[in-house]
Amino acid sequence: MKILVCMSVVPDTTTQIRFKPDMNSMETTGIQWIINPWDELALTRALEIREQPDSVVTQVSVVHIGLKDADPVIQKALAVGADSAYRVNVAAAGAMEVACQLSEVVKKEHFDLVITGHDSADYNGSAVGEMLAELLDWTSFSSISSFSAARDSITIEREMDSRTETIIAHPPCVLTIQKGIAKDPRIPSLRGIMGARSKPLLQLEPIPCTGTSAYVKFENPAPRSKCRMIDPANPEELVELLRNEANVL
Amino acid sequence: MSVLIYANHDAGKFSKSVLELASYAFALANQTGGQVTALVTGNPAGSELDKLGKYGVAKILLTPEPGGRAFDNRAYAAFMASAAQASGASCVLFSDGSISRAVAPRVAVRLQAGYVAGVIGLPDSIEPFKIRRSVFTGKAYGFVEITSPVKVMILARNSWQIAENPVTCTVENFVPEIAVPAAGFEVVKVEEQTGAIRLQDAEVVVSGGRGLKSGDNWKILEELAGSLGAAMACSRPVADEGWRPHQEHVGQTGKVIAPNLYFACGISGAIQHIGGISSSRVIVAINKDPEAPIFQFARYGIVGDLFQVLPVLTQAIKKLKSE
Ligand SMILES: Cc1cc2nc3c(=O)[nH]c(=O)nc-3n(C[C@H](O)[C@H](O)[C@H](O)COP(=O)(O)OP(=O)(O)OC[C@H]3O[C@@H](n4cnc5c(N)ncnc54)[C@H](O)[C@@H]3O)c2cc1C
Ligand SMILES: Nc1ncnc2c1ncn2[C@@H]1O[C@H](COP(=O)(O)O)[C@@H](O)[C@H]1O
Repeated sequence: MKILVCMSVVPDTTTQIRFKPDMNSMETTGIQWIINPWDELALTRALEIREQPDSVVTQVSVVHIGLKDADPVIQKALAVGADSAYRVNVAAAGAMEVACQLSEVVKKEHFDLVITGHDSADYNGSAVGEMLAELLDWTSFSSISSFSAARDSITIEREMDSRTETIIAHPPCVLTIQKGIAKDPRIPSLRGIMGARSKPLLQLEPIPCTGTSAYVKFENPAPRSKCRMIDPANPEELVELLRNEANVL
Repeated sequence: MSVLIYANHDAGKFSKSVLELASYAFALANQTGGQVTALVTGNPAGSELDKLGKYGVAKILLTPEPGGRAFDNRAYAAFMASAAQASGASCVLFSDGSISRAVAPRVAVRLQAGYVAGVIGLPDSIEPFKIRRSVFTGKAYGFVEITSPVKVMILARNSWQIAENPVTCTVENFVPEIAVPAAGFEVVKVEEQTGAIRLQDAEVVVSGGRGLKSGDNWKILEELAGSLGAAMACSRPVADEGWRPHQEHVGQTGKVIAPNLYFACGISGAIQHIGGISSSRVIVAINKDPEAPIFQFARYGIVGDLFQVLPVLTQAIKKLKSE
């Protein structure tokens, strides 16, 4: 079974987001880029499965749709254990374009299982995984919190709004993962970092894909009003305010 | 523009978020001189269907459950896309939830439509179509321009006020003429989450962090939640430690919620935590550290030891509720 983990590259989650003066795009100077946290967990789980004795997983690769500046972050995925990486060299404007480029890689390289994250920590699109599945005409499962693989089936847990389902499915399929899939992401070892340099990071040229949406402007949220402090000896005051000022009780 | 909504229901009952969605769809259709159609699957009672008319839905397309017993997002997407075509909708709307997240992006591909999740208000302009959403996990807003004739959108939770707009509502049976591929998977076990108030739907949420010190101390929080009829939540380390179940973890890597009232007790307010709760209408923080970042996001704060503050607060709320 060949697994492809789709990876977006996002600002570190503690970054204070700023925009260029025209508010049309993000100010990227000084930003520390990381693997999207969900994708990092997906990769962790895929590697765990591949490393089990008698594993049916023969290959775990990562793919990123984006420009060359993402290569150092992709290297990290190789350093923690991915076998190879693909990068399609295009600055995609929206989820539809990303999914379209991804579908080409999946088809050409014959992957059986594709894993995407719940959302990208930047634009929080929550779109790519299911779009990709539809483009490929594959089965897909979202909100996946647990995943294991057998000979020609996978067992997954899917979190629906009010229930958890255990499902047996058959590749090819796309999984969109959420929390629970793996606990902590791996930290690359020195050996891993050295080894990553000799692993393939293939740059592919994009196919023609049209987008249907794009960000045209950004806005900072309105500054929050100051917190009103209440005497800890007098929680009645809080209750009073919640009822009569905020109208939420 | 004509608007199609997916009106999902839980065992025949429409939730508050569907009524929010219908109210939003009515406002959107009204702004542009169209009407609202709803796709309803399965067989809810007539009295429930009437509710949709009360909130502005002019036509209901009633369809058998797509794809058999287990939820099959491919089948749902095929049905929804074909309902969009049948009703001539240029805007296809979903309320937020696990079904919508699994279906809506597929519908967008089928209809070659632009897709936006997390919509928080009406479009800024219709021609060109521009709409605002929250990005960077609540740290900013972005304006998305959609260039395709059809748009598929998911309305963020708790972002639109329910409003009655009674219209005459007709019900039509709808059986799309499409081939739906066999599901090709098997649900072997289902664990229903029963009893407790669902976190995503809760109006009031009581949440605890590492400040509670151990998994044995949650009774005071449960009592506060009990007095408020609130759902329980927690920060990530609390779930990681196994003090509380993972379903309660909120934040960037947990659930994103938007209740009317959120109590953060013994939670420092890390940016990844805020990402999951920043759309709450009112945040109350209880923390012994006056410098805790949570106070920058809270509307009301109490600096103090939660083990002393919470029991007194619970009493005060009980007293108010019994009046
Ligand atoms: C990629 C990434 C994703 C993450 N995602 C999430 C996420 O989704 N959700 C999340 O919550 N975190 C997330 N985190 C972790 C986050 O950075 C913080 O570590 C976490 O939110 C801290 O949890 P806490 O507030 O419970 O604990 P702490 O930060 O330890 O805060 C405990 C607070 O309790 C207060 N306190 C202690 N004793 C008392 C007392 N007796 N009375 C009153 N107050 C008291 C302290 O003053 C302190 O402010 C993520 C981190 C990363 C790197
Ligand atoms: N540029 C990209 N390259 C590769 N995968 C991506 C890219 N953008 C998004 N994804 C995948 O799609 C998931 C959801 O992202 P999004 O739809 O952008 O919120 C991410 O967790 C990734 O797995």
